[in-house]
Amino acid sequence: MSEKIIEIKSIAKKFGLFEAVKDVSFHVNQGDVFGFLGPNGAGKSTTIRCMLSLIKPDSGSIEIFGKSIFKHRNEILSRTGSIIEKPDFYKYLSAYKNLEIFSRLSRVSIGKKEIYNMLDFVGLGGREQDKFSSFSHGMKQRLGIAQTLLHNPDLIVLDEPTTGLDPQGIIDIRNLILRLKNEQHKTVILSSHNLAEIEIICNRMVIINKGVSVVEGDVKALMNNEDLVVRLELSDKDKSKAVILSQYPNIQITDINDTSIELPMEKSKISELNKDLVQAGIGIFSIEAKRKLEDYFIKMVNA
Amino acid sequence: MIFIKSIYNEVIKIALKPRSYLGIAAITVLVGVILFALKSDGMSIISFVTSSFEQTLSFEGNVLNGNLVAFIILQMLIVQIPLLIALVTGDLVSGEAAMGTIRLLLTQPISRTQLLLSKFMAGGIYTLIVIVWLGFMSVIMGKMLFGTGDLMVLNSDGLVILQEADVNWRYLGGFLVAFLALFTVSSLSICLSCFTDNSIGPIVTTMSIILLFTIIGTLDVHVFDSVRPFLLTTHMASWRSFFEDPLPIQDIKNSILILLIHNILLISISIYVFNKKDITA
Repeated sequence: MSEKIIEIKSIAKKFGLFEAVKDVSFHVNQGDVFGFLGPNGAGKSTTIRCMLSLIKPDSGSIEIFGKSIFKHRNEILSRTGSIIEKPDFYKYLSAYKNLEIFSRLSRVSIGKKEIYNMLDFVGLGGREQDKFSSFSHGMKQRLGIAQTLLHNPDLIVLDEPTTGLDPQGIIDIRNLILRLKNEQHKTVILSSHNLAEIEIICNRMVIINKGVSVVEGDVKALMNNEDLVVRLELSDKDKSKAVILSQYPNIQITDINDTSIELPMEKSKISELNKDLVQAGIGIFSIEAKRKLEDYFIKMVNA
Repeated sequence: MIFIKSIYNEVIKIALKPRSYLGIAAITVLVGVILFALKSDGMSIISFVTSSFEQTLSFEGNVLNGNLVAFIILQMLIVQIPLLIALVTGDLVSGEAAMGTIRLLLTQPISRTQLLLSKFMAGGIYTLIVIVWLGFMSVIMGKMLFGTGDLMVLNSDGLVILQEADVNWRYLGGFLVAFLALFTVSSLSICLSCFTDNSIGPIVTTMSIILLFTIIGTLDVHVFDSVRPFLLTTHMASWRSFFEDPLPIQDIKNSILILLIHNILLISISIYVFNKKDITA
């Protein structure tokens, strides 16, 4: 069994009369890429801030690397890198100077070469001396990631790291997270509104809604309990629909285009459906079965 | 070690912020204007002061010398310097919140107390630089342009004439007490800065408090008599005590003690508030 890197038990936090977090519990194992999901105002940011000691919860406990964040704050933070909400740096300083400022506060010796290498690594090579105020949103995100990784932390907390990035930037960050997991065995917590991203990258996740952790577990295992969404590309769409409806009268079929349809179906029945269509003389050009985290997320949040 | 690095960081941030140079530039311009005015028509101003004594005293030698010029400059500018200090130090905590960098700063492995104390230290270093610059511009430039001589000071007890050889240590003492007073202004503005995420609020509030205390200190109303000795502004002018003869040592000690108590209180309140603060910005 993997070592627990983070264990959060029943944390709650009120701001005046407003209960931002009511009862959030979850754990993150060593090497997890852990998805942190929830609609706006669910309490994600407050929970992340509690984890990083920016906010003190009213009750509950937070242990990171087996120690309480409030008793061993500096030790834990020296092994943690984070971006919270958006990467804000000193506008009047260059990218290099910003990283230099924060590197001095880490407990690791970080030289000029390491800072230049890191800036190069995140795609800011050549822009080291440019002021932060002149950066685009995507460049700011990249600088935030550089700051997060500079001291080689064991735990990385990324709150919406791909916001504002172009498609190539999103792919770069995704690949970077997977490399951190696979090659360096880092533990990553990824809070994102991009559910497809979570689905691709994360192995475990928690969904938070209205200040309460609704569900937590292995991403694949959680969604295995759900129907798949099956997309079929067929030689005769109308005939196919008739065949399917004769077998499953209550099924909801969605037209995608002239040759494709989508329908929900249990995994065990897909081969049977395939057989029925072939026997009816319908050509199947492609068949793709997938679960949509988006559907699962909406179902859990609205439950 | 991390504390020293944090102080260095804070000094670098102040040094690279354009606003920090406003104070230095303002002192340079203001002192420059005063020096120019005294050089052009200084004797007529001096004559205005000395004329009332001319029936009983005769003035010989270089009355309008560097020592007197420096004293006049300090007298005129010491009221404005707190604004220049608060302009930079009032922003040290709340500016981080307004910019959003406080989140990043407080997720580094340094305690909040150390981080805050490093800001107080950096504020102190900035205050020291401003005071040293004011000293250079007034005393050194004054002596370079007007030469040296005995210092003639008019205070509430009458005219005090201090020998040339007896003046330099008085300036040193005066600047040290002025530094302590201005450091208290810096502590006040940093303390106020811990209560808000607004960058301008602490600067304006610091100036409002100084203005209010100055008015209370100036109003000759009995109801304020018990409060007046403990006001920061009462002791901001205690640098002048160094130019009295004999030296009012007890008054100076008293001022230093009250300013130190102010600093200890303000720093303690700041540490308490900053450590309790939830970072929601």
